[in-house]
Amino acid sequence: MNILKKLALGVSATAMIASAAAAEVSDGKVKIGVLTDMSSTYSDLAGNGSVVAAEMAIADFGGTAAGAPIELISADHQNKADIAANKARQWGDSEQVDVFAELVTTSVALAVFEIAKQQNKLALVSGAASSPLTSDACIPTGIHWTYNTRALAVGTGSAVVKEGGDTWYFLTADYAFGESLERDVAAVVEAEGGQVLGSIKHPFPSSDFSSFVLQAQASGAKVVGLANAGADTVNAIKAANEFGLVAAGQSIAALLTFITDIHALGLDTAQGIQLTTGFYWDLNDETRAWSQRFNEKTGTMPTMVQAGVYSSVMHYLKAVEAAGTDDTDAVLAKMREMPVDDFFAKGGEVRSDGRMVHDMYLARVKAPAESTGPWDYYDIVRTIPGEEAFGPLSESNCPTK
Amino acid sequence: MLTDLLGIPPQVLFGQLLLGLINGAFYAVLSLGLAVIFGLLNIVNFAHGALYMLGAFSTYFLAKYLGVGYWGALILAPLIVGALGIVIERYLLRRLTGVDHLYGLLLTFGLALVIEGIFVKLFGASGIPYPTPPQLTGGINLGFMFLPYYRAWVVVASLIVCIATWVLFERTKIGSYLRAGTENPQLLQAFGVNVPVLTTLAYGYGVALAAFAGVLAAPITQVSPLMGSNLIIVVFAVVVIGGMGSIVGAVVTGLAMGVVEGLTKVFWPEASATVIFLVMAIVLVLRPAGLFGKSA
Amino acid sequence: MNTKVGYGIALALLLVAPFMIYPVFLMKLLCFALFACAFNLILGYGGLLSFGHAAFFGGAAYITGHVIKVWGLPTELGLLVGAGSAAALGYLIGMLAIRRQGIYFAMITLALAQMVYFIFISADFTGGENGLQGVPRGYALGIFDLQDNLTMYYFVLAVFVIGFLIIARAVYSPFGQILGAIRDNEDRATSLGYDVDRYKHLAFVLSAALAGLAGSTKTVVFQLASLTDVHWHTSGEVVLMTLLGGLGTIAGPAVGAGVIVTLQNYLASGPLGAWVPVVLGTIFVVCVLAFRRGIIGELHAMLKKSF
Repeated sequence: MNILKKLALGVSATAMIASAAAAEVSDGKVKIGVLTDMSSTYSDLAGNGSVVAAEMAIADFGGTAAGAPIELISADHQNKADIAANKARQWGDSEQVDVFAELVTTSVALAVFEIAKQQNKLALVSGAASSPLTSDACIPTGIHWTYNTRALAVGTGSAVVKEGGDTWYFLTADYAFGESLERDVAAVVEAEGGQVLGSIKHPFPSSDFSSFVLQAQASGAKVVGLANAGADTVNAIKAANEFGLVAAGQSIAALLTFITDIHALGLDTAQGIQLTTGFYWDLNDETRAWSQRFNEKTGTMPTMVQAGVYSSVMHYLKAVEAAGTDDTDAVLAKMREMPVDDFFAKGGEVRSDGRMVHDMYLARVKAPAESTGPWDYYDIVRTIPGEEAFGPLSESNCPTK
Repeated sequence: MLTDLLGIPPQVLFGQLLLGLINGAFYAVLSLGLAVIFGLLNIVNFAHGALYMLGAFSTYFLAKYLGVGYWGALILAPLIVGALGIVIERYLLRRLTGVDHLYGLLLTFGLALVIEGIFVKLFGASGIPYPTPPQLTGGINLGFMFLPYYRAWVVVASLIVCIATWVLFERTKIGSYLRAGTENPQLLQAFGVNVPVLTTLAYGYGVALAAFAGVLAAPITQVSPLMGSNLIIVVFAVVVIGGMGSIVGAVVTGLAMGVVEGLTKVFWPEASATVIFLVMAIVLVLRPAGLFGKSA
Repeated sequence: MNTKVGYGIALALLLVAPFMIYPVFLMKLLCFALFACAFNLILGYGGLLSFGHAAFFGGAAYITGHVIKVWGLPTELGLLVGAGSAAALGYLIGMLAIRRQGIYFAMITLALAQMVYFIFISADFTGGENGLQGVPRGYALGIFDLQDNLTMYYFVLAVFVIGFLIIARAVYSPFGQILGAIRDNEDRATSLGYDVDRYKHLAFVLSAALAGLAGSTKTVVFQLASLTDVHWHTSGEVVLMTLLGGLGTIAGPAVGAGVIVTLQNYLASGPLGAWVPVVLGTIFVVCVLAFRRGIIGELHAMLKKSF
């Protein structure tokens, strides 16, 4: 054992000398690892588009940071926490990855957090949703970038209650993300004076929602809240339409909806849905210009997750440049210090609990007649200020805040 | 009323029972296809779910590239996928003649991985919408629930196909060959019947049934690459409960399991995904050959 | 004699391997190799295709994770509890399935494993879709810190060698001979007075226990247990590993596991990432059609021909 340790020490000492020579950047390069779902349920909303977004950020930054070249590697975690943990551990241990990015689905983000904590690497979460990622489950080096379940609750939940939807029934995906979303929305509904009549947990994933829709109808609630995501949301909305849920006077609140879901549903079915999003391609000239470039590479418009990946990677690179090193603690300090200003967020702030606070948007899906072209899907109803969406820092239970 | 006693509003109970019957119709058609294939080839067709998915995708392709609507697809998609099935049987499964039947299961498992993997790569996993045919949009209010016309059609169409298959097997000459092929293929061959062709056709027919179910499902769920991947395991359980290879068993059990699942969704929704496997375990203890199977 | 030299070389390679190859990857490989070898006990030597072995692998993974993380048991004891619970589960499932053969057996194990899957999805302690995360690796024998990858590797290697020796011992014992006789001709074995079902059941329980040991070890290495471990795809994967390596050869499944795990690992990070299921499926089809003896089986056949 002793000889091994000496050997290891020798190797790391050599590495340290080498890195000192290369302008304080470890291994002479800044390496970003994008870990995402390329082949499963969330591959459309994150997937290859997230890798493209990260590539665009690196290219736009000029390919070098703090004098060292920027490298990107990516892998498919297939929505499986074990594959993600395995990959992240390997990247950190033996491939000199400095930062993990994207990390869609809560289980994956939690698994990578565990590794990032052990290895003291940064984790930039864009795709996962659960708000505990910056509260009970937070780690010092984790940053939750794009949205979370609390913001969705504040956006969609309170808007719906204010319009008179004061009795709710939830269809909830039977895992921690669904529960977190239901809990956050229920809190908002009750705070606004509404009432939760009940909820039903459906297996994840489900393809046939008819019987759950039927129970939602029987509940007599004015609003049926969908605490699920991706294909589950799409299937639930289809079933609700088919069984005349909306026609009979109830309304649907799809609590987490991505533009790719709307694209899959088609406007005929999706029109009128209210949703909260961190990004829409057609907000202003800047978003349109970036999204157009994205579209040329992928053939689709970016989801908020993909835009968030670009923004988080870009901010990370700026912080590396400013700090003159890729040392985790120094970069983290810079990321917190500098405001996030790009097409995705204006005046965004990385808080000490890891939350990136920025404005969110409440949107309503257009009717087919209102849509003027492909991907013209949303009317932005309201801009939700960051503080309101994500709550004050005092709400977070993160011990390191 | 009984339902009031249990604290369940009657509209929920009746509604779930009816929905269960609709789901059962899918189980029936899919397990019927498996039963036909198992009867003649003695293999469990693990690719059944993937071929069901291909049925739904054919429907979508027919509409997108050839302008063929739902009703055309209802005929054409099973023919196309059935033809593919014939190719699979002729060029892949045929090579396993004389080898342990388990290799058939493994081969079709591999095929399912390949087919589903390719479609996930090409089309993503979130699915593509397919519209309900215009003749069947809307629905009727039954008092206890709103029944979409399309769901009613699913039950009717499935029953027609199941009965037609039964007639084909029990009342026609080709059916009697098929049944004889199940019992004693060598003897049948000796009588001058071309058994390999019969086997190929049986596989093609079973696969076509899967594709038919896929067409029926297209407007209900999204057309998506993984739509068959979890369903197939449930259908396997249905086949085991009914008695492997039994045509009547497959249909009756399929419908019955749909209803059982519907009831579970009322009383204990979280267990609805498990209940069929529980029934299977109980049946296996009491009647190892399945409800309609000949004891092995 | 030749085989002994072969095993010696293999062990020597395994001892130096972590200095050249990333140790966590090697540990994963060893876990799956043990899983496949355990599975081979029931398929290769017992002639029974279980399509539900993920229930044992994943079930033990969860139990071990829970007893180490929540109850604070030491690592070795956690592994034993995991393997023991897998054996118990194997006893129950075996009781229902063992009387049937061939395809029936495969279907029944598949469906029962699926039931186990749904139980684990809805049980509170598993964390559902999130998995059971943050399991501490702990200390081996109370002193060696397993957080260090190299120490962990030698611990896993020890577990693998013990598991492998148990399997080899079982296969070459009278018990293994009788099992082989049952596989080749069940009626003859019955007429010779053997209680066929009891032998098969025992083999099934042993296979389940060792599959559980593999799953438990995997939990400690990766510090998490997830639904992947109990999903039927995992059951399919282990069939593929065993088939590819060589059914009924003692070292074949380990070789098959090595090939598959390596493929998964290197394909996932390359441009072919999304094609992993397609590649695995293709290997499956090719194996079944043209290569039923597997890698080791084919090697044996080649050696026999050339001497």
